[in-house]
Amino acid sequence: MRSKVVLRRLFRNKQARYGTVALILLILLAYIGPYIGPYDWTDKDFLAFMSAPDGDHWWGTGAIGQDMYAVTLRGMQKSIIIGLLVALIATGLAAVVGAFAGYFGGWVDKVLMWGVDLLLVLPSFLIIAIISPRLKGGTWLWFVVLLAAFTWMITSRVVRSMTLSLREREYVLAAVYMGIPRWKIIFRHVVPNLSSLLIIDATLNVSGAIIGEAALSFFGFGIQPPDVSLGTLIAEGSRNATGYPWLFAFPAGLLVLLVLSINLIGDGLRDALDPGSNS
Amino acid sequence: MGKYLLRRLAINAILVVIAASLAYVLAASTMNPRAAYQARQPPIAESVIDATLDAYNLNDKTPVIVRYGTWAKSVITGDFGKTWNGGSVNDEMGRRIFVSLRLLLIGTLAGFVIGVAFGAFSAVRQYKLSDRLIGVSSFVIMALPVFLLATLLAMATYNLNDALGFTLIEYTGEYNPKLAGWDQFVNRLNHLILPTISLSLGSIAFYSRIQRNMMLDVLGQDFVRTAMAKGLRRRTALTKHALRTALIPSATYFAFAFGTMFTGAIFTEKIFAWHGMGAWLVDAINANDVNSVAAVTFFTAVCVLFAAFLSDLLVAALDPRVRVS
Amino acid sequence: MSILEVTDLTVTFPGGIQAVRGVSYEVERGEVLGIVGESGSGKSVTSLAIMGLLPRNAVVSGSVKLHGRELLGMDEDELIKVRGKAISMIFQDPLSAFTPVYTIGDQVAEAVRVHQKMAKDKAAKRAVELLDLVGIPNPHLRAKAFPHEFSGGMRQRAMIAMAIANDPDLLICDEPTTALDVTIQAQVLEVLKTAQQETGAGIVMITHDLGVIAGMADRVLVMYAGRPVEQGSVDDIYYRPRMPYTMGLLASIPRVDGEEGPLVPIEGNPPSPSALPPGCPFAPRCPMKVDMCDDEEPPLTPFAGGRQVACIRSHEIEHKGLTGADVFPVPVIPPSDVVRVPRAERSTVLQLDGMIRHYPLMKGAVFKRRVGTVYAVDGISFDVAEGETLALVGESGCGKTTTLQQIMQLEPPQGGRVVVLGKDSAKLDKDARKALRRDLQIVFQDPMAALDPRMPVSDIIAEPLRAHGRKDVRARVAELLELVGLSPEHAERYPQQFSGGQRQRIGIARALALEPKLLVLDEPVSALDVSIQAGVINLLEELKNTLGLSYLFVAHDLAVVRHLADRVAVMYLGRIAEIGTVENVYDHPAHPYTQALLSAIPLPDPEMERTRKRILLEGDLPSPADPPSGCRFRTRCPKFAQLSEADRRICVDEEPSVARLANAVDHGAACHYAEEIEVITASDDQEEK
Repeated sequence: MRSKVVLRRLFRNKQARYGTVALILLILLAYIGPYIGPYDWTDKDFLAFMSAPDGDHWWGTGAIGQDMYAVTLRGMQKSIIIGLLVALIATGLAAVVGAFAGYFGGWVDKVLMWGVDLLLVLPSFLIIAIISPRLKGGTWLWFVVLLAAFTWMITSRVVRSMTLSLREREYVLAAVYMGIPRWKIIFRHVVPNLSSLLIIDATLNVSGAIIGEAALSFFGFGIQPPDVSLGTLIAEGSRNATGYPWLFAFPAGLLVLLVLSINLIGDGLRDALDPGSNS
Repeated sequence: MGKYLLRRLAINAILVVIAASLAYVLAASTMNPRAAYQARQPPIAESVIDATLDAYNLNDKTPVIVRYGTWAKSVITGDFGKTWNGGSVNDEMGRRIFVSLRLLLIGTLAGFVIGVAFGAFSAVRQYKLSDRLIGVSSFVIMALPVFLLATLLAMATYNLNDALGFTLIEYTGEYNPKLAGWDQFVNRLNHLILPTISLSLGSIAFYSRIQRNMMLDVLGQDFVRTAMAKGLRRRTALTKHALRTALIPSATYFAFAFGTMFTGAIFTEKIFAWHGMGAWLVDAINANDVNSVAAVTFFTAVCVLFAAFLSDLLVAALDPRVRVS
Repeated sequence: MSILEVTDLTVTFPGGIQAVRGVSYEVERGEVLGIVGESGSGKSVTSLAIMGLLPRNAVVSGSVKLHGRELLGMDEDELIKVRGKAISMIFQDPLSAFTPVYTIGDQVAEAVRVHQKMAKDKAAKRAVELLDLVGIPNPHLRAKAFPHEFSGGMRQRAMIAMAIANDPDLLICDEPTTALDVTIQAQVLEVLKTAQQETGAGIVMITHDLGVIAGMADRVLVMYAGRPVEQGSVDDIYYRPRMPYTMGLLASIPRVDGEEGPLVPIEGNPPSPSALPPGCPFAPRCPMKVDMCDDEEPPLTPFAGGRQVACIRSHEIEHKGLTGADVFPVPVIPPSDVVRVPRAERSTVLQLDGMIRHYPLMKGAVFKRRVGTVYAVDGISFDVAEGETLALVGESGCGKTTTLQQIMQLEPPQGGRVVVLGKDSAKLDKDARKALRRDLQIVFQDPMAALDPRMPVSDIIAEPLRAHGRKDVRARVAELLELVGLSPEHAERYPQQFSGGQRQRIGIARALALEPKLLVLDEPVSALDVSIQAGVINLLEELKNTLGLSYLFVAHDLAVVRHLADRVAVMYLGRIAEIGTVENVYDHPAHPYTQALLSAIPLPDPEMERTRKRILLEGDLPSPADPPSGCRFRTRCPKFAQLSEADRRICVDEEPSVARLANAVDHGAACHYAEEIEVITASDDQEEK
């Protein structure tokens, strides 16, 4: 009943409507697009290096004759998956750490928040940059874990402070006075009541992770070849952006569209889930 | 209150130490400075390499913990050690630190002030054309990662200069060493334009969204109504009472935004060929330069904590409720 | 010549929600018009509409004339000359009504400078004068304090100072004392009267508290579902109501001078403004409803004696001389079996012995540090016998909530003993504690906050059952819903879909799920509207008698306590000031604090309010972090003030403990000079007149 209300409110919001339509089209493009194009992303056309878009290679070709259409969509698939996974892990971690710190207080809170502070102080870019080249040959999932590890801290602080006020809420006290164990209270009463915040946060984390991946890949610290992502493609393309704009324009444009549409949905969700904020 | 600020500073100092140490240990245990020497032609004898690396405290044959001890000891005396090829990290840092600070400071201030102004304006004119315009632009800007923005700006300027036939806006480097005096100063300013825009545009968009939301939250509150019931104009009530109060939560974001700012600076510096701390970090990682990496970490940790501290002070200055009498 | 003339005012919010539907009234110079109504009746929206302070999306029509000048549709340049100058407003919650980042003095001075050309320092001086006028001690110092450093009462005084800064012709007070404690409320009402004398202004007093209106108003307007349903002089409305809603309202309030017996509830809930019934909006709840009531909404028609009533049967009511008690069905509550046994022979379900609870006092949000100790509860003792209701009363900050939390936690107290059903809380292990929780349950104050908004009602009620491994959950939930007067079909709904009174019933059902022996009630009716309150109070009384429960009842409303409790303990600053049976404490209070507390309660009886003498307390509650030496009440005690220097010694040096009064079995007071007096005349005296 509640989710229906939220969805209705979400689609009344013009921005969110555009965002959702755009995102659906982008996802369709990423996953169905490759079947429509004439080339596979691993194909190399030795007759066309760095050729401009034409009827054969819709988005042109790269330095070793890859079909940019196929490669870019492949990269976009990877970016979307990374974004989703990172957001899932990061928001989950933020919820658990924040809720436990806020609910238990005392030394649990102190230790957890110290960890949060420390991670906030460490330049995440640097840590990932140092570690990720060592993961060459390993699975890209490690990269997801690393990105997630540096994404959750601020949210967990927000979750903690909201938990502090939820903890005094009478329905939580009622549960305590019924003799329900504390961890159960956290998962039954605290976390669900933060779901609006967490849903919004997870949405925005998706776009944050996509940007983060692209930024790291820009310097070669992210996804390692032969895998491709929007970030690695943009990095490659930007080197020759003035002479061969199609190498740069397609991945960059898709990245911006992807992030923009997700952000629009996130903002719309904020309105829909939290009507009090009227933002 | 002074005592509490001091305690806070002490806690921050400990965090800096831990952060820098962690970065050092991580870098020292994963990076391989030896590679650069092994790749030399003609090959250098292993004993020579060992001796050189030992001299720089970079030898991977020495246990990490021992290297860390040596490093920590010299850091305490204010010496950050040697770069991978024997240069002084301190000298390098001295050259680069102000380049970065200039960029970061101007970027942060511009981002905060302009962003807050746009956000407040947007909130007061909610749902009007100007609000929508600001909203749409900030969404688009927030979807543009710094490296894309910087690259786009550089490309656009290149084309602009090309079309004009002379260099209207500088897009590479920090200054022109051939100029002197006033010309040099103007030239430096010119060089600042693009990096500052690409660095602060993101935070302008960020703060304008935050400030707009905060402001709208406050607009519905009783005290704004009281101010109007007193006979203040809506506009006066909004600026004097609502904006002033809504600044408080924005100031708390100051602490978090700085880390993002530094990451942004890495890209800006690299793309516009500034020799700052950010560019150094990328170079150092590529060159397996352990001590430089640790030094940059130290610098960023200090900056982030200083920003957090500043944000606390700012909140305390803005909000009488958190001050300790 | 009237100052304000409101004619046919309507306010519509987006979505076709008609919050106000045709309100008309006039206010004359020096007159107090009381507007009474429950939440959602449109009384506050009306006043905001007059000030032009509604959100921009509200559509306002009708006419509002100030000294004959139309205010609706006036542009901002003109309107700002009226707001704060000719009409001032006092809001309900004085904390959120002040801008948190400016000093009180600055905010008052700002009000002065908006309308008077005055230098800054002069305005600041004027602000101090105004703060002095409303009785703020050390005004020149306090003017430099920030709103959060003021107590609620002081803030409301400052609010009044701000409102009268420009000598307004009309003061609109929107629930000005609702957020305050009774003794503070009495002070603030006194200040309001002074302010009116100073300015000669007319006052529009909006409140749900019929007691406050009885003492303040000359004329009363009763609102229901966005419309006035009755208007007349205060005596007419209180003694001769002619509209069933007003009659029910007056009959449903528990009175501090009242008699025992069930209250008269008004069934049902006020209609939602988006779904009004076709005819009279009160018809669905009205016991006098006839078919004609559904045909059309009765207009407010003139009635004898300059009053107006909106009811087709008003003349019949007049003719037959009906009252609320005649018209509304009075429920029958079965008596309890337990109470027939003398108290001394019943078992004790709860016993507190010198219980202590202190908190570290922290300051600052960013820079936290300990600056002292809050002596929240500082050695209190009482016991509750089986089948009995003990009420713990006192104003905010007296430690009653802390006491209750300490009991509910079942942890060892910092000092003293808490014994629940014969088990000492200090000697419980984990399993024993959980087992004991079956017998000890709680009902919370705020029915919205007490129920998890993300759970359907069935899950909420089932939660304690499942936690304690009960099997027959489904059947039991249905049974419980029925027990508290709700339909079991509603089990799958969410709390938001229920009204306040229904939510409180759900909370009671949950508390009863495990068949507890002792129920702790934390202000169970204070968040409810008057007409709903009575029903819940009756339910609690009935449940107690039929299920053989014992209650520990925490409340600040002494009228409700008188009605529901057998014994009462009055708390002040973490100590018990007076304890005893309700009759003893209410009829012959011996502690000066109890006396002041009882005399501060406004009675819904204009005649008595006019003749009553109040014992007004000086100043605010001292901080529980720094209680006065000796007797904690002495700094505000009217008796202490009259004592000679030598007699005062003992009050300063020695903390009095509760001593049994000589001529009573169950009555004790913690006062060195305890003396029983009568502060409220029993209502039967009244009836004889």
